[in-house]
Amino acid sequence: MIELKNAGFNYGGRDILSDMTLRLSPGSFHFLTGPSGSGKTTLLNLCYQALMPTTGMVRIFEQDVRAMTRDDVARVRRRIGVVHQNCQFLDHISVRDNLTLPLAVSGRESEVDQGNVDDLLSWVGLSERGDALPPELSGGERQRAALARAIIMSPDLILADEPTGNVDWEMAQRLIALLVELNRMGKTILIATHDLNLIRNTKSEVSARVLRINNTKLQLAGADL
Amino acid sequence: MDRLRSIFEVFSGDTNADRVVPPSGFTSRLTSFTAGAMAFLTVFALALSLATGRLADRWDAELARTSTIRIAAPEGQLAAQSEAVLEVLRTTPGIASARVMSDAEQRKLLEPWFGPDLPLDTLPVPRLIEVLEEGKGPDMAGLKLRLSAEAPGAVLDDHTRWRRPLVNAATRLRLLGLVSILLIAGSMAAMITLAAQSALAANGQVIGVLRLIGARDVYIARAFVRRFTLRALIGAAIGTALAMIGVAFMPAPAEEGAFLTGLGFVGWHWFLPIIVPVIAAVVAFWATRLAAFRALSRLS
Ligand SMILES: Nc1ncnc2c1ncn2[C@@H]1O[C@H](COP(=O)(O)OP(=O)(O)OP(=O)(O)O)[C@@H](O)[C@H]1O
Ligand SMILES: [Mg+2]
Repeated sequence: MIELKNAGFNYGGRDILSDMTLRLSPGSFHFLTGPSGSGKTTLLNLCYQALMPTTGMVRIFEQDVRAMTRDDVARVRRRIGVVHQNCQFLDHISVRDNLTLPLAVSGRESEVDQGNVDDLLSWVGLSERGDALPPELSGGERQRAALARAIIMSPDLILADEPTGNVDWEMAQRLIALLVELNRMGKTILIATHDLNLIRNTKSEVSARVLRINNTKLQLAGADL
Repeated sequence: MDRLRSIFEVFSGDTNADRVVPPSGFTSRLTSFTAGAMAFLTVFALALSLATGRLADRWDAELARTSTIRIAAPEGQLAAQSEAVLEVLRTTPGIASARVMSDAEQRKLLEPWFGPDLPLDTLPVPRLIEVLEEGKGPDMAGLKLRLSAEAPGAVLDDHTRWRRPLVNAATRLRLLGLVSILLIAGSMAAMITLAAQSALAANGQVIGVLRLIGARDVYIARAFVRRFTLRALIGAAIGTALAMIGVAFMPAPAEEGAFLTGLGFVGWHWFLPIIVPVIAAVVAFWATRLAAFRALSRLS
């Protein structure tokens, strides 16, 4: 699904990631942790071609990122749901319209079922906010809306960058439960988070691997997690 | 085929693509206004070109057909020189016919100046020979040389002397009108490119979000292209309509060949301005499309 082979990334000569080898196989569930500024967001960006690796190789759905055209990138992204750390929306259309936008841009607007959109909104606790404009949402509400937008296309892979960073414990549990449910349906999940409690809690539900970025390198975290 | 479809799609169905770009009232009105003004100018340049074209053609046709030879000689030599001139004309290629004007005709020509009772036989009025040309006409310079050798009293007045510059001017004016139309189209393309570029730059976040959720460049470009094409089309349609009303209300031609009052459209030429908004839309389509793809390919 996603494959990194000795991939590295640097900003202006400063290594952020180096020599990363990683394979996300279909249906797997991964957590990604590491101190702030260690490169979690950077690694996720490599996984959906928002950044090009400066060294090594990255393959997304069996395609080498260096050989992708811009249209290839667009096609690949339709199969990946991304929750950004600072999620962005189209600020002039409603939350509801933002959720269905991924279907619209891939020519599947006819598949929009407002009933499903309502279900999705209520799953992430935004039933009341569907008609609001994105700038009117709180930080936590934005994250939940971003998660809803990421999964509306039923993507094969979900990349979530601190999806629970701004919500209370109960809501965090609920969002993770949603992702666990999707994983049971066969989706591949990668979640970057600082929240070790959340990881421990989830590992009782689903067999998840925990990766840690330490000093630009990727390690498998110990059994204590 | 793909191109054709994308042109068609600009006007059809997917209004969602339109909605993804936030409305921008002011630039939108500016674009329509400029397209309207350009269309207005184009219609006038077109009217000017067509009118001067008509004038040039008519003058050219008229003056190419006839010329006059005037023979002034002492009484005794007039008949001999006339014969000589006619002989020269008969053997000159490019001349259909030549004939000596009768006294009656000459009297009629002079009447406005000297009254009806002119005693033509007692006055030394020159004899006039009317020459009708055919094909490309005779070699005027060669003809003059031969005439001066055979009949020293003959003077060839080939009309071209004074009308040629007018025809040249009219032809040049038509050319200037056409060049103006091209320049107007070019400026409109440049203006719409600038407007589209500023719209693209102002909507960087929108483009980023759309790319993130898997929108192809075509989809994003289409949203902008559609908007600018429609604005240009509407603006140009209004500008064209106003200009056509202006041309229609020009005073009717007072006399044949009056240049200023002849400025307008004749017959089917009235349909020509209708393609102005269409061309404006096509220009806007390509200008925006190129600007959009260039801007998008620069983004990572
Ligand atoms: N555009 C950029 N230019 C230069 N350096 C950058 C840029 N973006 C990020 N960095 C640097 O790269 C490093 C890794 O950033 P990244 O955002 O991947 O960290 P992170 O692990 O996601 O941190 P956090 O947990 O705070 O979100 C940081 O030191 C950051 O300063
Ligand atoms: Mg981060």
